[in-house]
Order: sequence, then C-alpha cells, then structure tokens
Amino acid sequence: MSIEAHNLRKRFGSYTALDGVDLNVPRGKLVALLGPSGSGKTTLLRIIAGLEIPDPGSGRILFNGDDVTDLPAGKRRVGLVFQHYALFRHLSVFENIAFGLRVRRSRDRPPRAEIGERVRKLLALVQLDGLGGRYPHQLSGGQRQRVALARALAVEPRVLLLDEPFGALDAKVRRELRRWLRRFHDEIHLTTVFVTHDQEEALEIADEVVIMNQARVEQVGTPQQVYDNPATPFVYRFLGSVNVLKSPALLAAGQLVSGRQTDSGQVYVRPHDIEIIPHVEGGAGLPAILRAVHSAGPLARLTLEQVESRGDLVEAEISRAELASKQLQVNDLVRLRLRRSRRFEDDYSI
Amino acid sequence: MAAPAAQTLAGRTGAATPRANRDPALVRWTLCAIALVFLVCFLMLPLIAVFAEAFRKGIGAYFSALATPDSRAAIRLTLITAAIVVPANTVFGVAAAWAIAKFRFRGKSFLITLIDLPFAVSPVVAGLLYVLIYGRTGWFGPWLSAHGIHIIFAPPGIVLATMFVTFPFVARELIPLMQSQGTDEEYAAITLGASGWQTFWRVTLPNVRWGLLYGAILCNARAMGEFGAVSVVSGHIRGVTNTMPLHIEYLYNGYDFAAAFAVASLLALLALVTMILKSVLETTTAV
Repeated sequence: MSIEAHNLRKRFGSYTALDGVDLNVPRGKLVALLGPSGSGKTTLLRIIAGLEIPDPGSGRILFNGDDVTDLPAGKRRVGLVFQHYALFRHLSVFENIAFGLRVRRSRDRPPRAEIGERVRKLLALVQLDGLGGRYPHQLSGGQRQRVALARALAVEPRVLLLDEPFGALDAKVRRELRRWLRRFHDEIHLTTVFVTHDQEEALEIADEVVIMNQARVEQVGTPQQVYDNPATPFVYRFLGSVNVLKSPALLAAGQLVSGRQTDSGQVYVRPHDIEIIPHVEGGAGLPAILRAVHSAGPLARLTLEQVESRGDLVEAEISRAELASKQLQVNDLVRLRLRRSRRFEDDYSI
Repeated sequence: MAAPAAQTLAGRTGAATPRANRDPALVRWTLCAIALVFLVCFLMLPLIAVFAEAFRKGIGAYFSALATPDSRAAIRLTLITAAIVVPANTVFGVAAAWAIAKFRFRGKSFLITLIDLPFAVSPVVAGLLYVLIYGRTGWFGPWLSAHGIHIIFAPPGIVLATMFVTFPFVARELIPLMQSQGTDEEYAAITLGASGWQTFWRVTLPNVRWGLLYGAILCNARAMGEFGAVSVVSGHIRGVTNTMPLHIEYLYNGYDFAAAFAVASLLALLALVTMILKSVLETTTAV
C-alpha cells in the first residue's frame, strides 16, 4: 500500500518539528527517513502512525489514496516498531505477539487455536521458534527487536513503520539485523518506512532515501542518486565526508569550469573525487602540500594544505596501491584535480 | 586485548576487596558501631518496650484490655476508616499518576504540587481545615446540620481527614515509576488496536502493580496510625469517634499503661507486618 503525505506541519510550542513536508512512499518499497536528531523524521513517522496529529489545517495523510488523517492510530492498521522495542514487559513473548489479536472485539477475534497457530508462524518468521515462553528481559536486544517486529506483523498491518529500529543495538548485531530486514522485506513486500540517523544504514538497505533537515525534506532519491548527486550542501555534508573549497582559488587553478560571472560560492568535493597529480610549474590543478598520511584501513587518507591559502586543509582518499606507486612523501608539493564536484552559492545556509 | 581484561575482572571479583580499597579498621568499626547503637536505641528498644509493657500484667490482662467495648470500638473504627480510605486513595492515586506521567497538559506542575500538599501541611492544620469547612460554625456547617449530616466529631470527618493526610502515598509511589517506564508501551498497544481502556488494564496497570501495592501498604499504615488530623476532627467520644491512636492516648493519660501498650502493640504489629510485606515485595520485584 502506498503512503502519501502532503504539506505536513507540526509545532510543539515554539519548536517546529515539521515545516511543510511532502512524502510519497510507493507501494511495496523500503523507504528510509534519514536525518540528524531534531530533523523531524520521528515526528513524521508518528504522524503516519497516527500517534501525533498534524497541526490543524495543514496537511493530509493518504493510504492508497484514502485520506486517513482523521483516523485514530488503532484503526489505521499500521505496524509500528520502536527504537527501545516497547515490548510489554509483564507478558511473555507469545502473549506480546498475540496482544493485537486478543484485544479485538469478540466477533473479530480469531479463536484461541488460530491465535496460537499465527503466533507460532510469526515466531518462525522472525527466527525465534520455541522462545514463546520467555519474557522480554530474558532476550537479547536483537531478539527483542524481532519480537517487536513479529508483534507488529501479527495484526496484518498495511504498512510497517520502524523508528530507529537498530538504534539501541551494538554495531555488529546492527549490521546483521539490517541485512536480515532487507531480505525479510524482499520476502513479504510490505510497504515499509524506517527512521534512522545512520546514513550507512539508510544507503545500504533502502530502496529510496528521504533526507530531512530542520523540519524539511532536503532531498529524495535512490541511495545512489543522493550519494552521487547531493542536491544541497547539507546533503553533501551529511552523506559521507566532503571538502569545501573556495571558488576563486579553483578558478585560478583552472579546476572550475564556470558559466557564471561571479567568482563567489563554494565548491563541494568528496575526498575520493580528488586526484593527486605531480606538481608542474604553470600546470593545471590546485597546488597543495602533503601534510599527513593515514594509511590504516582500505584507503589512504591524505591531508593536504593549499598553497594559495595557507591553513585551508583538503582531505583526499586514494588507494594504498596508488599511494605506493606515486611515492608520495610528507611535505611534497603536488597538484589536485577534481574529478567530480559541485558548486553552491554562498547564500545556501547549512 | 580481550583475554587479559577478562582475567583482571575475574581476579578482582574472585578475591577479597583489595587492601587499597579498604578503610582503616578503626574507621570501619567506629562507623558500624555508631550505626548499630543508633538502630538499637532508636528503633529496636522502643519496639521491644511496647511489647514488654503490653504483656507486663500477663497475657490475660493483655487480651482483656483489647476486649473492652471501647477498645473494640476503636479497633473497628480504625479498620473501617482504612477500608474506605485505602481503596479510595488507590483509585485517586492511580488516576492522578496516570494523568501526570502519561499526558501533557496545562497545569500539570500545579497538580503535582497539590498532590504533595498533604505532606507539606501539618496534620493538625489539615484537621482544623476540615473543622473550618464542615464544623458547626464552618462554611457548610449550618447547611449540613439542617440536613442532619454530621461530619465533624463523627466518623465521616475521621475518614475525610485520614483521606487528606494519606492522599499522596499511592500517587507519589506511582508517578516516578510510570514516568521512568515512558509511554512507548501504551503507544504500541494503541497501534495494535487496543482501546484506551484496554491499554490501561492490560499494559499500564500490570506494569505498575508492585509499586501500586507498595503505595497502598504505606497508605494503609499511615491511615491506621494517623493521630494529629484525626484528633482534631474526632471529638474523642469514647466508643464512637476514637480510633486506635486516639484510644491509646486516652488510656495512657488515664494511667492505664498496660491497656495503652496493649493497643499500641497491635498498631506496632501492623507496622511490622507492613514492613515484612514491603520487603517481600521488594525481593519479588527485584527479579
């Protein structure tokens, strides 16, 4: 089922959580809401779930084209998974998963045997067979999160909403579980929205990434699109590391092909898009001095200082093989060529 | 890296406390002795004294002191008062704690202050307030006596005064507990289709059940033991408006020490049972 949101606004007192946000989640996709804390992503998710209501007169939420803005959370048939699991601590795993079925009115409630059967199937689906009798405090973080997922799925939701689902887990479990979630999504094809502040997580598993900042959507696109073509300085900075260079120096170095008349603005370039070439007097490229080399890891990170504007540092990443073949030494004079960069005018606020 | 660290940890927990972490023997023994002397003098001895005094004239005298009509009336009134006050304050306390811990609304901090008021106000002042409002010359006095309703110097006044004094116990116990549990479980229940009522009965209440019981036990202990506020509104009519604490005072002032301590021992026994229940609860909930 598709989810659409139009022009959502939400204020908490003097704090603006959402400032005119649009969202479109196509049917069956896995979409990440990515942004720093306070960017409004969790508020957006809670509005979709029906736990918060948008400010009066602002926007609408549509499920499959039907307006659900005024529908209470319990009637929207959404499965919501919380960062800290929110399992019912006094109920066993089995009863946690059965909860959504047991609270139904008697005419909608499946018979006992069917509830049991469904819970067992869900336990198998999240690979927790035989753990139905345990209590939440007896499970690991990863297991708890899968119980929370099974509980949300028990009511056969139309959409699945995950709020920082791996946020409380340690790094290794986190990586395993997010790959598991991706495979899981490929099996059940339930429209899924998950909130995260971890760009690596979003880029790895999402079909589409919605990048939010300061109560607004900055950019929407596939992971490839948003990483390769950041639309704003914020997205550039948020997804991976970036160098910010001043235009005049680059214009002088012939590294900026600009149709614009002004030489103001800043140029954003990723460290791995910087090529290091030998220094030739009067040649092309931005002159710089190699100041430091960090070669622990798959890539060598070079710190360079611009010759024209002393103190302005540039980070570059090259393979270790390339580093060896170039025979670069600290304090060598080199030139930098930009493979791919983007120029933003100064009035872009970050 | 990992292995030596684990060894160090194991070594530390296995052996006794290292010498460097120990205070000199003199300091340790002095501190222990001060604590023990204090406990014995201020807690153990009085408790033993109550029971010793109560049984001074023998078991027969003890039970006959409890069996006098006035004593039995006092015990009955205390039990009735507790039986009304504890359930009422439990319901109020749960409602207040639920509202404060789970919802955002205007005037919340004012409500919290209001709940704490009975702790801040002297019980005697609380009793006087009720006399001023419901007494014969009080605000509602003429109307009440015109309709034949007696509150002050009658059991209803005792119930009201006790209710006022013990109001904060349950709420105070539950508010921090509910706040620490947050609202995620309730939200989860709601998205799973539970109604507000179902969420309350199936999620909120079971999560605080031990805290609730603990609050109710403390509320009960205070309801039975309350003296100041009850003393003001009771009028000390023997056999009618004397609760156990008031009856003890009456017996004591009449130099009937054995009987006074006999009734006092009942209250002390209640306190002991309360403490035992509380510690049992604490071990149960620690799991």
